[in-house]
Amino acid sequence: MQLTNRAKQVSNKTMTFSESLYLPAIAKGLAITLKHFFKKKVTIQYPEVKRYLGPVFRGRHVLKRDEQGRERCTACGLCAVACPAEAISMVAEERKKGEEHLYREEKYAAVYEINMLRCIFCGLCEEACPKQAIYLRHDQFVPVFQERDQVIWGKEMLVEDMNNRYEREAWTKEEAHQIDRLKAEGKITSVPTRAIP
Amino acid sequence: MELTELIVKSAVILVVFGLTLLIAMYSTWAERKVAAFIQDRSGPNRAGWGGMFQPLADAGKMFFKEDFIPAKANKWLFIIGPGIAMITALMTSAVIPFGNTFIWDGKAIPMLGVETNIGVLYVFGIVALGVYGIMIGGWASNNKFSLLGAIRAASQNISYEVAMGLSIIAILMMSGTLSLPEIVKQQHGGNWNIFYQPLGFIIFLVCAFAETNRTPFDLPECETELVGGYHTEYGSMKLGFYLFAEYINIFVSSAFMATLYFGGYNYPGMDWVYTQLTTALGPTAGHNIASLIGTAVLFIKALMFIFFFMWVRWTLPRFRYDQLMDLGWTKLIPLALFNILITGAGILLLKPWLTALLD
Repeated sequence: MQLTNRAKQVSNKTMTFSESLYLPAIAKGLAITLKHFFKKKVTIQYPEVKRYLGPVFRGRHVLKRDEQGRERCTACGLCAVACPAEAISMVAEERKKGEEHLYREEKYAAVYEINMLRCIFCGLCEEACPKQAIYLRHDQFVPVFQERDQVIWGKEMLVEDMNNRYEREAWTKEEAHQIDRLKAEGKITSVPTRAIP
Repeated sequence: MELTELIVKSAVILVVFGLTLLIAMYSTWAERKVAAFIQDRSGPNRAGWGGMFQPLADAGKMFFKEDFIPAKANKWLFIIGPGIAMITALMTSAVIPFGNTFIWDGKAIPMLGVETNIGVLYVFGIVALGVYGIMIGGWASNNKFSLLGAIRAASQNISYEVAMGLSIIAILMMSGTLSLPEIVKQQHGGNWNIFYQPLGFIIFLVCAFAETNRTPFDLPECETELVGGYHTEYGSMKLGFYLFAEYINIFVSSAFMATLYFGGYNYPGMDWVYTQLTTALGPTAGHNIASLIGTAVLFIKALMFIFFFMWVRWTLPRFRYDQLMDLGWTKLIPLALFNILITGAGILLLKPWLTALLD
């Protein structure tokens, strides 16, 4: 069966004297490397230049708030169960009277921790979340750790800042598919980003 | 030896020594840059402009690493190994004429460390000693991989020294002298030996690669087979000395090749430059500046050879050991002997005919 025309008949003939001196082959190789010497370099100078990551990149986590600034997470623990690296742990608490402006549901996560050394950024927590509370940001990395106590991220790192909200074009798979379809059909070219799932 | 002569001589030796070290140091930087460029990367570019301080950072790292000696190693030989490698590498440059004479206090002093009439032999002797550094270091490590690397280095160097010596003999037949300054003087006026000895030059070049343990002949430190070869057990500045000695060897053999085959400090149009300078600046200053230009030309030639060494390193894969020995003994030595034959025939038959034709 022939798949391509690149197949070559193997030849085991003994080399001639000039071939066994390797010089013509070496000259050919040197020409190739010299060509690469003057080629444009492919390196991206990282901290100064950052490459475009795409809308589906899975970077650092964020615990979303709703439009009134209430935390969406109800500490159901599905993300922790879904996590293959067992990076997520949490402690649930019941919402007291007068805390309705802080937490959306009657139960909330008093402690929510992600071990960033364990996390493999698979996004299964995002898939598992029934309240659309946890997302992996497409625009930010987890920065390099300098100390050991920077590794486990608590709520102060994870919960969304209302003054600097995380915005996206699509918040669900269905929404994203629809946008892609409309874009492919040429009906829309861009979608405004929004902060609320 | 008079005092002024001594001062100028020591100045020349110190400058050559310093320049050798500087060039070896920046060879490590250039090696990484050339490697990166050939692989479409940009190489070290963070430490200083274009990574210019990278060698300093590397050296600092080497110095501050733990100076480790394995428990069962022969301690003194383990320390002496890199020292011998370094000393022999540095000694070779003493006889290479880095320029024409330098006039100081009305005296013409040649710009080379030691004036000897057996410069070529001296270089060969010291290069042959260089293998002791590798051999002793590899043996003293008390490690099979190190020993294998050292044995490989020794047999490789001995094998290729034969072909190297034979390729030089053709040059010696033509010039009739072993003195390097004399060989350079005979190449004055575009009479470079490369035009008369292209085959000899190629043999010498291949052997120089083998003698300096560079790719494609870097089997003594073959990572894929021998972990690190003769310097498996070395760390800290002792490893640094081995690596540094390799780069010094590259520079010296580059300068040696430029001296033997590419006219040394001679360059096209140097007589015109000499007369211009001496008429403009007077006989002493003009002569000295012309000599310094010649030195710069020699260094440029040597640097181009260093680039070639690196270029080849990042192009060719390593030879297998039997291929290496096969190339050395059954290809290069017969070729070198053939080259001697051709040269002898040329001197006997062609030269009288040509000189008769020109007269």
